[in-house]
Amino acid sequence: MPWDRNDMAARAAKELEDGMYVNLGIGIPTLVANYVPEGIDVTLQSENGMLGIGPFPTEDEIDPDLINAGKQTVTEMDRTAYFDSAQSFAMIRGGKIALAILGAMEVDEKGDLANWMIPGKLVKGMGGAMDLVAGVGRVVVVMDHTNKHGVSKVLKECTLPLTGKGVVDRIITNLGVLDVTHRGLHIAELAPGVSREDMIAATEATVV
Amino acid sequence: MKKVYDSAADALDGLLDDGMLIASGGFGLCGIPEMLIAAIRDAGTKNLSIVSNNAGVDDFGLGLLLQTRQVKKMISSYVGENAEFMRQFLSGELELEFNPQGTLAERMRAGGAGIPGFYTRTGVGTVIADGKEHKDFDDETYILERGIVADLSIVKAWKADETGNLMFRKTARNFNPPAATCGKVCVAEVEEIVPTGSMDPDKIHLPGIYVHRLIQGAHEKRIEQRTTRAA
Repeated sequence: MPWDRNDMAARAAKELEDGMYVNLGIGIPTLVANYVPEGIDVTLQSENGMLGIGPFPTEDEIDPDLINAGKQTVTEMDRTAYFDSAQSFAMIRGGKIALAILGAMEVDEKGDLANWMIPGKLVKGMGGAMDLVAGVGRVVVVMDHTNKHGVSKVLKECTLPLTGKGVVDRIITNLGVLDVTHRGLHIAELAPGVSREDMIAATEATVV
Repeated sequence: MKKVYDSAADALDGLLDDGMLIASGGFGLCGIPEMLIAAIRDAGTKNLSIVSNNAGVDDFGLGLLLQTRQVKKMISSYVGENAEFMRQFLSGELELEFNPQGTLAERMRAGGAGIPGFYTRTGVGTVIADGKEHKDFDDETYILERGIVADLSIVKAWKADETGNLMFRKTARNFNPPAATCGKVCVAEVEEIVPTGSMDPDKIHLPGIYVHRLIQGAHEKRIEQRTTRAA
């Protein structure tokens, strides 16, 4: 059985190391917070100006002045610090955030990432994604291996406008884990019941 | 030195001109200068260029100025929550310049700090880099981005004293400090103006040197994504 959304989030949570400052993107990456391994203490950054994101509030705790980058209401923790947007991206651009876990539309074997724009469709904007992939130490992408038509999203070369060039380190999909190397994508792990041949067949990119 | 005004309309009196560039604080609908935006709508100022991370929603925040066709151009990082915005953009009535969010924040910060441009890795190899100067430092390629100086800044803070020293609250700080600093004139709206001397000087987030006019008022503080867990 390939991984489902929660399995992918749980696998991505294994990327977390004790003491890390981490930024989680919207979608499956947000679920990673539910799977932080025992004994691992990480601090989550929200690019609208917060370190130390707490759980969603109860109805009584809702505070319109306290939201995450997805504009959802959240809570603070004992360790929480607030700061302005320039400071927030100074720590991102300055390499202080160890890891970003992000969603993607396409990734390619050179580590290029496309996740902000489909030409001809409504463009909402890149938000903080370009800053994150350019500044964060390690970028892990979590996404379905293929689109809803069964076409590979792991490509030789991205076709959509890029978010960043050569920025992705690791790709976690429903089929397994791929690492970006200078020779191509290296299979680091296969989901249960997925063979090496299955992975290669579902991947347009060069698998080594 | 009188900074405190009675209303948003009073505070903006003499500051609004057709075609001007306005920098606004806020992230989504959090920490937006909602009273000043409404007053700009009422003033009817036209052909505005607005630099703001987002563009509000259809009937709140900067969306109000889109409804009345007062905006010529938006400089933003994300505008996904506004149907009227998309309609005007797709029909060619509205210009849009996307900036990466951190680049946008730093453009404001730099403009306010007297820095006309800075190099960043953000956007290298993407459409954002098209037409911009590229320069290598220590084997990394960077692009040149310009600082922004706006004709007017409008921001929202939590508390102010009568000299314009500001304190923000939680994530409602966001773009407000960099937006405040990049304006030739800055008008701030706050929930409470307290007597000068009653704020701890160590807890002031933005010194009053950046703030020229102030108003106090009640804020709706609309929530975009109300997410909760069971009690």
